Amino acid sequence: MPYRRSVLLAALVAGGIASPALAQDKSQVVLCQTLEPTVLDPTAGAAQAIREVTYGNIFEGLVAIDRAGKIVPKLAESWQISADNLVYTFKLKSGVTFHDGTPFTSADVKYSLERAVAPDSKNAQKWIFTPIASIETPDAATVKVTLKQVAANFLYGLGWGDAIIVSEKTAAANATTPVGTGPYKLDKWTRGDRLSLVAAEGWWGGKPAIARATFRFINDPQAQLAAIQSGDCDALTNFGAAEALPTLKADKRLTVTIGKTEGETIIAMNNGKKPLDDLRVRRAIAHAVDRNQVNLGAINGTGTPIGSHFSPAQPGYVDLTGRYPYDPAKAKALLAEAGYGSGFDLTLKVPPPAYARRSSEIVAAMLGEVGIRVSIENVEFPQWLDRVFKNKDYDLTIISHTEPLDINIYARPDYYFNYKSQAFVDLMKKVDAAVDDKTRLALYGDAQKMLAEDSVNVFLFVLPKVTVSKAALTGMWADWPLPATPLTDLAWQ
Amino acid sequence: MLSFLVRRLAGLAVTLLATALVVFVVLEILPGDPAAVILGVSATPETVAALRTEFGLDLPAPERFIRWIGGLLTGDLGTSYGYRVPVAQLIAERLQVTLPLAFAAILLATLVGVPLGMLAASRPRGLRDAGVMVFAQAGLALPDFWVGILLVLAFAIGLHWLPSGGFPGWDAGLGPALASLVLPVIALALPQAAILARVTRSATLEALQEDWVRTARAKGLGAAATLYRHVLRNALVPVVTMLGVRFSFMIAGAIIIEDVFSLPGLGRLMFQAIGQHDIIVVKDLVVVFAALVVGINFLVDIAYGIVDPRLRRRA
Repeated sequence: MPYRRSVLLAALVAGGIASPALAQDKSQVVLCQTLEPTVLDPTAGAAQAIREVTYGNIFEGLVAIDRAGKIVPKLAESWQISADNLVYTFKLKSGVTFHDGTPFTSADVKYSLERAVAPDSKNAQKWIFTPIASIETPDAATVKVTLKQVAANFLYGLGWGDAIIVSEKTAAANATTPVGTGPYKLDKWTRGDRLSLVAAEGWWGGKPAIARATFRFINDPQAQLAAIQSGDCDALTNFGAAEALPTLKADKRLTVTIGKTEGETIIAMNNGKKPLDDLRVRRAIAHAVDRNQVNLGAINGTGTPIGSHFSPAQPGYVDLTGRYPYDPAKAKALLAEAGYGSGFDLTLKVPPPAYARRSSEIVAAMLGEVGIRVSIENVEFPQWLDRVFKNKDYDLTIISHTEPLDINIYARPDYYFNYKSQAFVDLMKKVDAAVDDKTRLALYGDAQKMLAEDSVNVFLFVLPKVTVSKAALTGMWADWPLPATPLTDLAWQ
Repeated sequence: MLSFLVRRLAGLAVTLLATALVVFVVLEILPGDPAAVILGVSATPETVAALRTEFGLDLPAPERFIRWIGGLLTGDLGTSYGYRVPVAQLIAERLQVTLPLAFAAILLATLVGVPLGMLAASRPRGLRDAGVMVFAQAGLALPDFWVGILLVLAFAIGLHWLPSGGFPGWDAGLGPALASLVLPVIALALPQAAILARVTRSATLEALQEDWVRTARAKGLGAAATLYRHVLRNALVPVVTMLGVRFSFMIAGAIIIEDVFSLPGLGRLMFQAIGQHDIIVVKDLVVVFAALVVGINFLVDIAYGIVDPRLRRRA
C-alpha cells in the first residue's frame, strides 16, 4: 500500500535526521563523559570535569603535562632555572592572542600567578603558588619568578589546570564565558546535556584536525553504553561499567583501552581513633583485605593494585603491593596481639561513586572474616566532605584521591587521616628541596615505604581510565597523568 | 466563584511559604558545605572560607532566609553556587525540556487511555474489554524506566531511528529536538495511559448504570450518541481528578525518565544540585515543584467546575 510505504519512508527520514549521519564527518567529534563541569574556569574549582573539557583546549598554562606525564612547553617557549633553584626565567611564545583578540604578554602571566597566590584566592591548589616571592616582567616576552624557597615540584604544578594563564580583562567571567589562549573556544553550552567547542581562529599552534567538538554529559553507565552502541557518541572518555567491557571489546567498530590514572583508591583509616591508632590493628586490616579480589569484584580487575599512596604511572613508583599479602591468619594474630582477639566494631562511611560502594561490600565481608564487625554507612559527597573529611568523624572510608603526585597530603597533620608523623613531614620538606631528579625520586620511594610501614591506610588500586572510542578515531589519551581530553590530539582515520 | 478563587489563591500562597520555610530549615540542618564541594579535598580551610564569604554563607541563618524569600518575591532566585549563573535562568532552561515532556506525555496518555477505557466499557466483558485490560495491566506492571530502556534498545541501538538520549536544545531545530523527546514521552505516557484506561473504563461503566442513561436511551438516542453526549461528560470528573494527580506523578516520573535518557530537565537539575550541595538551587527547585503541584491542583479544581456545573454551584 502506498500509504504505508510513505509512512515508513517518513519514519526513516526522521530517523536519518535524528541519528548521526552515516558517513562520519571528519571535522567533528562527540565525546561523552560522566560528569558535567559546573564552571569552565579551572582556577575556580577542583572538579575533574572542568579540566576534562578545558585543559589544553580552552586554556593553556606556561607549561603542560603531556600524555606521558612529562612537562612540556606551552605558552612558555623555554625556561631557565638559576643555579640556586630559586629564579625561574620563562621566555614566552610570540604571536599568541586570547580568544577576544587581546595579545598575550608577560603581564598576563604576572596577573594570573599573583591572582592565584593572593590571600583571598579561591584556587583549590594554592600550594603550587605559595612558594612564589616575586614576579618580574623585564619585557613583554619574559617573566622572572623568584621563589621564597626551593620547590622541586613548582614547574610540575605550573602544568596543572589550576595554573592556566588568564587575561585580567576577562578573568572574572571565565566561569561562564571563558576566554583563553587555547585552540578552542566555547560555542554553545546546553547546561545539563552538552557543550560544544569550535576551533579558535589564529591559534598559535595552527589549525587542528577537529573543527568542532561536542562534549556530552551522561551520568548513567547504561545510558553511556547505549550512546556508544547507537553511535551517538564517538568516544566515552572514561567508561564506568567495567562489566560491559567484554561486549564492547567484541564490537569491531570500537576500540577499548584500559589505562592508568592518578586516582589512588584507598581504605582510609582514622589513625587518631581507637583502635585504629594501634599500628598492629592497621597492619591487621591491611593483611585482612585481598586487594586483588576487591579490584576484581568492584571494577572487574581493571584497576592496578598498589601498596602505597603512589601511582604506578609516576616515575619514582616503588612496588609495595607485597608488603601486606592477604593473610587472614596473620591479621587475626596481630589483632590478638593488640588485645582485640574477640574483634571490635567499625563503621565504614562510603561516598557515592560505584567503585567505593562496591568495594565497601567486599571489604566489609573480608574484615568480618577476621572478626572486625563493619557496618556500612552510605553518605552523599557533601556529607562525606563534612563528616569524614572536615570533622574526621569516621573509622574507615573508601575514596580515590585523584590529584597527581598528592603524597604530600600525608604531611598535613590535620588532614583527615589523622596521620601525625614528623618524620614524614621532614621527608616531604626534603622532597621539595630536592631539585635533582634522582634524589627526589629516591626520596619519593622512601616516602612510599614509610606510609606502607606505618600502614596509614589500606592501599587498594589506582582507578583505570577506560576509553571506548570508534575504531577510526585516533589520538585519545590512554592514560590520565591528569584528567584531560586534549582535542588537538584527535583525528579521524 | 470569585471568593472561591481568592480563598484558593490565599491557601496556595500559605502552602508555598510553609514549603519554603521547611526546606530552608531542613537544608540548614543537613551537613555539607557548598564551598568545600567545589574546592575538593586538596583545598586549604582558608580557601574554603574565602569562597563561603563570596556565597554569603557566613551570614546568620535568619538573615539568609529573609534575603532568599525577599528575592523569591521579586523574582530573583539567586545565583547557583555550582554553575555561577542565575537560578532563574537554569530553571527556565530546564522547564523547556520538562514541561513539553510532561505535557506531551499527559496528552498522549489521555489520547490513548480515555478512548481505550471507553472502548472497553462499551462492551464490558467482551473481547475488546479483555484486550484493553491486558494492556492496562501490562502498562501498570512495567516501570517507565524499564520501558525507556527497551525503547532505546529497539529504536536507538537496533534501528538507529532515534537518538539514545540527550537533548540538543530547541534552537538546534524542531526536528532533532522533537526526535530526542519521542522515546521519553512514550516511556512516560505508557503507564499513565494504562491507569487512565482503567479509570475511564470504570467511570464509564458506572455512568452507564445511571437512570438518565436509561432515559436517554428510552427517548430513542443511539448507543454512540448516548455515550458521547451524556456518559463521557459525567465520566470525565474522575478522569480529570486522575489527570491532576497523575500530573504530579508525571513530574516525579520525569525525574527518572530524564535520567534514563540523559535529558537536561528539572529532575536532573535537582539530582545534580543535591549531589553538589548547590543548596540555593535545591531550595528554589523545591518551591518551584511545590508551585507546579499546587498550581495544577488549582487548575483541576477549576476544571471540575467547567466539566460539572453542579460542583461550581456547590463551591
